[in-house]
Amino acid sequence: MPRTATTGGRLPAPLAGFLGRALATAGSLAVTVLGLLFVTFIIGRVMPIDPVLAVVGERGSPEVYAAAREALGLDEPLPVQFWYYLREVAQGDFGTSLLTARPVVDDIARVFPATLELATLGVLIGVLFGVPLGVLAAINRGRWIDQVARLVALVGYSMPIFWLGLIGLLVFYGILGWVGGPGRLDVFYDGLVPSVTGMILVDSALAGDWMVFGNALSHIILPASLLGYFSLAYISRMTRSFMLEALSAEYITTARVKGMSEWRVVWVHAFRNIRVQLLTVIVLSYANLLEGSVLTEIIFSWPGIGFYITNALLAADMNAVLGGTVVVGTIFIILNMLSDLLYKVFDPRAR
Amino acid sequence: MSLLDVENLRVSFDTRQGVVEAVRGISFTLGQERLGIVGESGSGKSMTGRAILRLIRPPGRVEADRMALEGEELQSLSERQMRKVRGRRISMVMQDPKFSLNPVMTVGEQIMEAYLLHARDSRRAARRKALEMLEAVAIRDPERVMKAYPHEVSGGMGQRIMIAMMLIPDPRILIADEPTSALDVSVQRRVLSIMDTLVRERGMGLIFISHDLNLVSEFCDRVLIMYAGRIVETCEAARLHEARHPYTRGLLNSLPRLDQPQDRLEVLARDPAWAGGDA
Repeated sequence: MPRTATTGGRLPAPLAGFLGRALATAGSLAVTVLGLLFVTFIIGRVMPIDPVLAVVGERGSPEVYAAAREALGLDEPLPVQFWYYLREVAQGDFGTSLLTARPVVDDIARVFPATLELATLGVLIGVLFGVPLGVLAAINRGRWIDQVARLVALVGYSMPIFWLGLIGLLVFYGILGWVGGPGRLDVFYDGLVPSVTGMILVDSALAGDWMVFGNALSHIILPASLLGYFSLAYISRMTRSFMLEALSAEYITTARVKGMSEWRVVWVHAFRNIRVQLLTVIVLSYANLLEGSVLTEIIFSWPGIGFYITNALLAADMNAVLGGTVVVGTIFIILNMLSDLLYKVFDPRAR
Repeated sequence: MSLLDVENLRVSFDTRQGVVEAVRGISFTLGQERLGIVGESGSGKSMTGRAILRLIRPPGRVEADRMALEGEELQSLSERQMRKVRGRRISMVMQDPKFSLNPVMTVGEQIMEAYLLHARDSRRAARRKALEMLEAVAIRDPERVMKAYPHEVSGGMGQRIMIAMMLIPDPRILIADEPTSALDVSVQRRVLSIMDTLVRERGMGLIFISHDLNLVSEFCDRVLIMYAGRIVETCEAARLHEARHPYTRGLLNSLPRLDQPQDRLEVLARDPAWAGGDA
C-alpha cells in the first residue's frame, strides 16, 4: 500500500536532519560556484584583452585571426559561450595556457600545492602564536604585555611584506645563513622524492627522506613565518577583542564564584565561547593566504598560484587567469562552508 | 559566632574623573538567618556581595576594618586560599541565568564542575550528586536537563539550575543577587521558596539582595536599607512597615497597593544628607 511505503521510507529524524543540512549545503555551494563561474566568464569576455590577438600575434592575417577566433568559440553568442564554458569546467577543462602550452588544470595542480604548503604553515604559525598572544593581551589589558602585543600587531599590519621579505632574506639568508634562499629547494635536492601531494614537506616525509625534508623546511620557514606574522597580527588583535568581550560576561563571574583558577576561567570558560568567532577569523586568514600571496611568492621565487596567476595576467593568458580564479574562488567558498559547519559543532545555539 | 562579620566595608573605583565610592563604610553581621539588602540601582548592594567574595577587580578597590567568615579574616587570605572560600563556603546566585550560565557548556558539566572543584571525588559521584541536586530544586527530568544547554531551558529552570550549582559544594553562605528580577512574576515565588527551603534545611546564611521590598519582607528575617553606598536603616523584615527613616518610608510609599488604590504614587524624595550622615 502506498501509505505503508511512505512510512517505511521515512528516515529517522536526526539522519533526515543531517541529510537535509548536507543537501542544503551542497545546494548553496553549487549556486555560489555557478555565480563565481558567471563572474569569471564575464570578466574574461569584457576584459580589454583580445585572446585571439594573444594567439595569432599582432601580425596575423585577418583569415588566420578569423580562424583562431572560431577555434576559440568566440564567434558564438555569449549565452552559448557560457554554456560551453560551464560544460568544459564541469569536465575539469579550463583550456590550455598560452604561456606554458599545457592544460591550465595541470598547471594549477602543479602550482597550487606549493601555495597550499606555504599557506598552511603560515596560518599554523599565525594561530600558534597569535591566539596565545591575543589571550595574554586580553587578560593583561593595559599592562606592558598588552602594549607589546599591540606593537607587534601594529608592525605586522603596517610593514609592507615585500620590504620585510627582502630584509628577512638579507638577514637570515644573506648574513646569518640560517635559512635557505628563494625557491622551494636547493637545486641539488630537486626531484629526489617522488611527487605525491606536490607539497615537498609531505612528500619527503612520506618517502622518509629527511635530508630533503630539512632542506625544504629551511626554504619554507622564512616565507611561512612572514605570512604567519601577518596573520598573527590580525588573529591576535581579534582574539584579544573576543576575549575581552567574553571575560566581561556574567558567566565568567559565575565561574569565579565557583572558585576555579583564573587559568581555567580563561582557557575553559572564556575560550570555549570565543572558539566560533575565532574560527571564522582563522578561516578567513587561511583563505587569504591560499589565494596566493603574490608579493611573497615573487620575492621568494615561490612557484605558487599567486605567482602563476600574476604571470598569466601580465601575459594576457586569460585561460590561466580564469582557471586560477575559479580554483581560488572555489576554495574560498568551500572554506567558508566548512567554517559554517564547524560553527555548529562549537556552538550549541547554532544547531 | 556569626557567620559573617563585616565592619566598615568600602568599595571604590579609581577613574579618570576621580574616585567613585560605591560602598562607603557599611557594617553588618550575618548569622544563620536571611538578611535582605534593599536599595535602588547604584546604591552599592551588588558591590557589597561581590566585595565579600573579593571579586571586585581593578580599578575597583575594597577596604574594610574587618571582613571575617566564621572568625577568619578574608582580606588576609591569598588568592589561592580565597578560591577555596568561593563556592565552597560562600556562593552567589546572580540575576539572569541567560547570562550567568555558560552558553557552550551543558548544564550537567557546569553543575558537576562546581562540585568537583571542591571535592576529591569521581565524575560518577559528581554526576550522582548533580542529579540529586537538580531533584532538590524540583527539576522533574534531571537526566534530560543534565544534557541540555542553557539556552534550551526556561528562565525559571535556569535559575533553579543556578541554585543547584551554587549549593552543590554545600556552602555556609549564599549571596543571592537579585535572583528573581529577570524572571516572570509567576515563577519568582516558586524559585524563591525552593531557595528558601534549601537554605533553611542546611542552616545556611542568606544574603538576599533585591530592590523588591515585598519579596524581601516576605523571604527575609532582617533587612538593611542601602542608599548611596551606606546603610540608612536596619530593621526586622516583619516590621518593615514600621520603618522610620524617611528614605525607607519613601520606598514603601512609592509602591502601589492593591488594597489601597491611589491615583498618584508618591515620588521618592532624596536628601543628600542621608548619603553623608550615619544611619
